[in-house]
Amino acid sequence: MNVSLFVPCYVDQLAPEVAWATLRVLERAGCRVHYDPAQTCCGQPFLNLGARREAKRLAERHLARFAEADAVVCPSASCVATVRRRYAELGAGGAPDAERQTQRTFELGEFLVRELGQTKLGARFPYRVALLQSCHGLRELGLGTPSEHGPGAAAEPSPADVLLAAVEGLELVSAVRPDECCGFGGAFSVTHPELSGRMGRARLRAFADAGADYVTSSDLSCLLHLDGIRRREGFGPRAIHLAEILANGAPAP
Amino acid sequence: MTAAFDRRARANLPSRGELAQHDAAVWDLRRRRDVAAAAVPDWEALRERAAAIKAYTLDHLDQLLIVFEARARAAGAHVHWAADADALCRIVSELLAARGARRVVKSKSMLTEECGLNPHLAARGIEVIDTDLGERIVQLAGEPPSHIIVPAIHKTRREVGALFHRTMGTPRGEDDPERLTRYARADLRRRFLAADAGISGANFAVVESGSLVLVTNEGNADLGTSLPALHVACLGIEKLVPALADLPVFLRLLARSATGQPISAYTTLLTGPRPGGELHIVLVDNGRSALLADPAQRGALACIRCGACLNTCPVYRRAGGHAYGTVIPGPIGSVLGPAVAGALGAELPQASSLCGSCTAVCPVKIDLHGQLLAWRGARRDRSRAERALIASAGFVLRSPLRVALARAAARVVWPLLGRRLRRNPAEPWLAARELPPLPRSSFRAQWQKRVESSGE
Repeated sequence: MNVSLFVPCYVDQLAPEVAWATLRVLERAGCRVHYDPAQTCCGQPFLNLGARREAKRLAERHLARFAEADAVVCPSASCVATVRRRYAELGAGGAPDAERQTQRTFELGEFLVRELGQTKLGARFPYRVALLQSCHGLRELGLGTPSEHGPGAAAEPSPADVLLAAVEGLELVSAVRPDECCGFGGAFSVTHPELSGRMGRARLRAFADAGADYVTSSDLSCLLHLDGIRRREGFGPRAIHLAEILANGAPAP
Repeated sequence: MTAAFDRRARANLPSRGELAQHDAAVWDLRRRRDVAAAAVPDWEALRERAAAIKAYTLDHLDQLLIVFEARARAAGAHVHWAADADALCRIVSELLAARGARRVVKSKSMLTEECGLNPHLAARGIEVIDTDLGERIVQLAGEPPSHIIVPAIHKTRREVGALFHRTMGTPRGEDDPERLTRYARADLRRRFLAADAGISGANFAVVESGSLVLVTNEGNADLGTSLPALHVACLGIEKLVPALADLPVFLRLLARSATGQPISAYTTLLTGPRPGGELHIVLVDNGRSALLADPAQRGALACIRCGACLNTCPVYRRAGGHAYGTVIPGPIGSVLGPAVAGALGAELPQASSLCGSCTAVCPVKIDLHGQLLAWRGARRDRSRAERALIASAGFVLRSPLRVALARAAARVVWPLLGRRLRRNPAEPWLAARELPPLPRSSFRAQWQKRVESSGE
């Protein structure tokens, strides 16, 4: 399958290794991966700030760059949620195909499990790992069943859980309040650093108490926030992106 | 840049101990709600049904209000219309004055808080006693409620013991919740018996029968609306449900979502005045019809004030209700804030990580975090500097070349940003955490290098 790699702006700048890992995982899953170096940003930071005009311009630019793609895959659930859930209400598109195009944009784990049906990728990672559910992955893209849902809701396991369970040597540990927000929240992290920090410390403490060596997620922004707190506070598991675990492994903690 | 909300949160719950205690007490309500919801096999279908009834009601609110007025009158109630808070205060104080009422017992009503009814009546020499225990506690403390269901959740039992000792003369050091409640009960009973009038809110108003529905755990609304000869019920125009048959849908959701109880201790359907008494129903707009006219925000009028969004909200739990500064805190308060609380309220939609837990827990399926995002998009109060920053960031991100140039500049300043210098633009990030290291090159640059070296 032909896949276009959608590298979020902050992954491009702050964690190129996550983009490479995504590429390797997709290739290992049998995809032919294209990358367009003219892509920049999907517009999420602006949408989140309420700067809708800037968000819309970037959204339209993004759609134009990926117009030819069969499937677009991205190692960030919140960027995918922006494309799939918010582009229409932004009025972004114009292209007759915009709707179809946004619905062909997938988060990495979701693409592997739900589109390709691939769960075993031969990864090995002999550590105890806690999964930080991406709020947007969980509650906007439906990647898993949120803890708020009661009986009668469609219950599908989170693709990240399925993929991690198949990694050799990996022990998945679960923290209390399994899907509480880590407090990153985009603009919120800098407009409300006190609250963002309180939320982040609580999550980090929960992962540490669960005995995790690493915390992983499909959202790098949340991980950068948690890792920044870990380095400031001096406790808690290290952060590693889901793609890096699937690509092969990590240095010892 | 750092919001006033953040500073109020720090002042509100200053120590890690207080923070942990507040978070745990509120989270316990969420946990109880989860257990209660899990025991209802058709929970999600029930939410759908409730959302559909509320959507229908809001779509036909103009007609339903007129029918409700007619049915309530037919049942013997008087119906008044209040366009805003001032009108409500005037109507109620005139009703009380005309009957010489000086002592009033009031059951819980967020609407009268919103409209400032207590201070208005107090200024006219009318004594208003809040009879919900939590509301009584914050009234004695001279504070606003910090939660819509549990108004005194920010207070420890020790604080309540000291407060009761000071205001009601309970024994010094008494902080046993059950004994403190007995003291409050005895004090309130005396006031119920002496009251000239009772003021209540309403959880629902049934159009079909012209009835009011009062839901409490303490029975205080029942005493307050049946002992005195005059009962004034104040409710927002959005409280209607079309039919009696709709009530079970909401009653099954309300108490479970609020406290995890299958049903609250007292649920009273009140149609017309008590024998020999007078019932006045005041229907209050106070900004609600403007909200109804806003397609992006009208959904908030479906709220049944269960408090589930507060309990689940990681921001509310770690900020405390008083950080919001508005009558209703939490996600629903932040959604209503810009519409009802001016400049103070306009700040609230920013005080959210947009995690969406509120939307997922809401029994009537209000798109709370979507509405917060919509408010952000409607902001018009950005500073010139903020607008310039947004425009230049947008300009950079529309071109890969400009992104590369910006990165080259960032490479120079990045090591300096990590140090906690004065006037550091990275300070808001550094206030809570370290800066991530900046890799030597971007993915794009690495990719292009690889393409060149492979000779493609």
